[in-house]
Amino acid sequence: MSGKAPEKWILEHRLVPEHRVLSLEEAIQVLRRLGVKPWQLPQISINDPVVRLLNAKPGDIIEIRRKSPTGGVAIAYRLVVAFERRS
Amino acid sequence: MALKFEKFREPYVIESIKFGLLSPQEIRRMAKVSIMRSDIYEADGSPVVGGLRDPHLGAVEPGESCPVCGNTREECPGHFGRIELARPVILPHLGDDIHAMLQSTCRKCGRLLLPPERISNLTRLYYRRLRERWPRLADVVVKSIIKEASETTVCPHCGESQFKVRYIRPIIFYERRPEGEVRLTPLDIRDRLEKIPDEDAVLLGIDPKSARPEWAVLTVLPVPPLSVRPSITLETGLRSEDDLTHALAEIVRQNEKLKSFLSTNAPETMIEDAWLTLQHVVAAYIDNEFPNIYQLTHRRKRPLKTLAQRLKGKEGRLRGNLSGKRVNFSARTVVSPDPYISINEVGVPVEVAKTLTVSIRVTPYNIDEVRKYVLNGPYKWPGATFVYKADQDRKIDLRYQKDYRKLAEELKPGDIVERHLIDGDIVLFNRQPTLHRMSIMGHIVRVMPGKTFRINLLVCPPYNADFDGDEMNLHVPRLEEAQAEARELLLVEKHILTPRYGGPIIGGRQDYISGAYLLTVKTSLFTLEEVSNIVSRAEAKTMVSEPAILRPKPLWTGKQLVSMFLPQDLNFKGRAKISSGALKCDSEDCFNDSYIVIRKGKLLMGVMDKNAIGAEQPNNLPHVIALEYGESKARELFDTLFRAFIRVLEIKGLTIAYNDIEIPEEAKEEIERLTEEAKREVEELIRQYREGVLEPIPGRTIEESLELKIIERLQKLRTDAGETAIKYLKPSNDIFIMTRTGARGSDVNLTQMAAMLGQQTIRGRRIVRGFRTRPLAHFKLGELSPEARGFIKGNFREGLKPTEVFFHAIAGREGLVDTAVKTSQSGYMQRRLINALQDLTVSYDGTVRDSWGNIVQFKYGEDGVDPKATYHGKPVEVKRVIEKVRGSGG
Repeated sequence: MSGKAPEKWILEHRLVPEHRVLSLEEAIQVLRRLGVKPWQLPQISINDPVVRLLNAKPGDIIEIRRKSPTGGVAIAYRLVVAFERRS
Repeated sequence: MALKFEKFREPYVIESIKFGLLSPQEIRRMAKVSIMRSDIYEADGSPVVGGLRDPHLGAVEPGESCPVCGNTREECPGHFGRIELARPVILPHLGDDIHAMLQSTCRKCGRLLLPPERISNLTRLYYRRLRERWPRLADVVVKSIIKEASETTVCPHCGESQFKVRYIRPIIFYERRPEGEVRLTPLDIRDRLEKIPDEDAVLLGIDPKSARPEWAVLTVLPVPPLSVRPSITLETGLRSEDDLTHALAEIVRQNEKLKSFLSTNAPETMIEDAWLTLQHVVAAYIDNEFPNIYQLTHRRKRPLKTLAQRLKGKEGRLRGNLSGKRVNFSARTVVSPDPYISINEVGVPVEVAKTLTVSIRVTPYNIDEVRKYVLNGPYKWPGATFVYKADQDRKIDLRYQKDYRKLAEELKPGDIVERHLIDGDIVLFNRQPTLHRMSIMGHIVRVMPGKTFRINLLVCPPYNADFDGDEMNLHVPRLEEAQAEARELLLVEKHILTPRYGGPIIGGRQDYISGAYLLTVKTSLFTLEEVSNIVSRAEAKTMVSEPAILRPKPLWTGKQLVSMFLPQDLNFKGRAKISSGALKCDSEDCFNDSYIVIRKGKLLMGVMDKNAIGAEQPNNLPHVIALEYGESKARELFDTLFRAFIRVLEIKGLTIAYNDIEIPEEAKEEIERLTEEAKREVEELIRQYREGVLEPIPGRTIEESLELKIIERLQKLRTDAGETAIKYLKPSNDIFIMTRTGARGSDVNLTQMAAMLGQQTIRGRRIVRGFRTRPLAHFKLGELSPEARGFIKGNFREGLKPTEVFFHAIAGREGLVDTAVKTSQSGYMQRRLINALQDLTVSYDGTVRDSWGNIVQFKYGEDGVDPKATYHGKPVEVKRVIEKVRGSGG
């Protein structure tokens, strides 16, 4: 996808949780802890505005820390992919 | 009968299923006979050789032996036949794929229309990595390959120039050549598809081993065996054939017609026509609802049920026969209430108990008991229906035996007896719609006379059952493993708490609530006789305490009686349902008895009503007891204390009469005054509107503002009138008790009976439908007054005016339509949700995964908490902790 890059301020928006690209070591550790292969993680499109701002590449794993009404801080992981989930 | 009696056989396990296309060779290899005649029977009634009932298709008649395998009809699996098509036929279901293949390959050499080095590159990438690891991505890549190849105009392999192919669904293909559009016949298409090499087919997303491209164009059609399409003999002796046979006969007919045209050199147009018809018929044979084909019908009427129709839809093979099998060892009848059985039990009619059986193995320890069953035979409960003799490997049906005594004496350890259902057996009980896991629960059998299933009233909420004719289903788990599972996991008491929102789903409704109120209200005192009546019925285990009043005669308070059933160290407090309006209390300092305080198992203060014992009321008494004392303790409470509530009601009585909704003259006058005032204000609003000085509500037109303001004012009028009327009701009034305690009815119901019905609405607006500018002919044209727009001043006690009846009926009908629409829509949504979520599980590491191990949630609910074990969603309720510590410490 081309087009204008998303604006920086979206990262500051209160509805956008904190995203972070994991380093290779961290990613391997996460995968090992969960006992999964990368494709068994939930996926996030490379066209996602935040992913584009982070300059993540397909295959990267992104850690999302978000506030949860039930669990305090909930950590989720997303695998960056170059295609949409459904066809 | 039962599978377990058969010799154990190594089970086959299905590891995977692969779908592909049958090759013509495969079809011919399977086929034992070629079908060439469309007539089924000869004049003498014997099947036509080479017809659709050729004996080579398998033995189906009793005594017939199969000419292919030599078996009789029990053993013969049936054999395929074939129809050799005179000309090839396209499968329209694969039309889009055929189109894609034609467009992306060369019309001359059949290669994929990409440069050779790109093909080899892609093959490497595609084979090594994608197909296995990222099948989804592979599909996307295939799409882009097809797109890229379709846009090529000159073949990079042989230099042939390429043309666009136009596909008109379902069957026709055209090629856009410079000289004009040329029709591609299935013959041409098959030729082209044949030329596609295997390596290139792979890049088009095809596995050539299981589906060569040209197999999408049929040259020979398999004919399923007779056992797949059995014919039935009607009473008249006439034979009626299966729909599939009719469809196949039509194919044979068209095929033979085409054949004869070809051999007699008929005109080209006739051949074309017959060929096209054959294609339509074959398409209909596979799916008779395929768009834009000629449907096959029974004498121009009912469409035939062909292959796809057998699988599709609610009654199809998948939803009707595989997901929805009919089962044995089940019963269904009407349910009726019985407050004197445990919530864990179900009353089963003797007749049902004699039909449903459990198999038990004879051991030296139970042989005497089992002998009694056999001695009783199949018709006397508790008896037995079958005896399986282990040493003789023989089943004996007791219905055809005379000498039960002999059979009973001959019983040996190791034999198996099918015994009637008896008290204490576990069964599954279910009421549709099964929306919940609590819609199927395990109950303990209690065999009783009568013809209905009996259930305790307290289990109505989870099943959403009532007794206006509801029927329920009962299933008997037959293996010891299943029975143990039912007892440990499905028993009613394990489902007192719901995982939906963290609260009890089982609890009192209606009479239980009014009963509890009448028991605990301050004015209720009970004599020794009454106390023993109540306490004995409720099977209390503790001694009756000292009476609260000793003279002139001993009297007990209801609160004392309740305390007898509570755990000795229970501390609890909370607001009662009646705590509202004049009786509102928020703390222990309460003079209205509307704040419940239980200390050390003694109910010190407050009345019990919906908030304390009602079903689906989080943080009520049963909830706290189930969480802190265990579910069996809560069940004990339901089986004892709740019986006392019912008993109190039987002693005290609860009934309503006309005069219960009668209000004094001064109340009527007050309501009249309120009405006049409201009317004046509405008239004033209308006047302002007419003069154009009405203040509009932001974002609304003047008309909308007027309507909203009028509705608001009239709504207020009804509330005021209701409050006035209720103010004058005596606290001992039974309707008043019911609405106040939450047992039945609301303040609105009471208002409508005693004071006024108020504004009737359609979709939240006043009623304007009917004639052009007025709802009924009784009003002036364009009249905006409350009466002309559905405001009802009357009430149910005094009766309605004719116009009011119409308005009420209009609003009432809307309610009925709404519920009908809502249930069907939410039912379908539920179905879709369940289908999407059914095999997600919480795994041992707390993550939620699907059946492939893909992660859906990293921690169940983001906190890993089971809502069933919470106080209304809170894993730890600080208020409860304080209450427990404070209450016990003193």
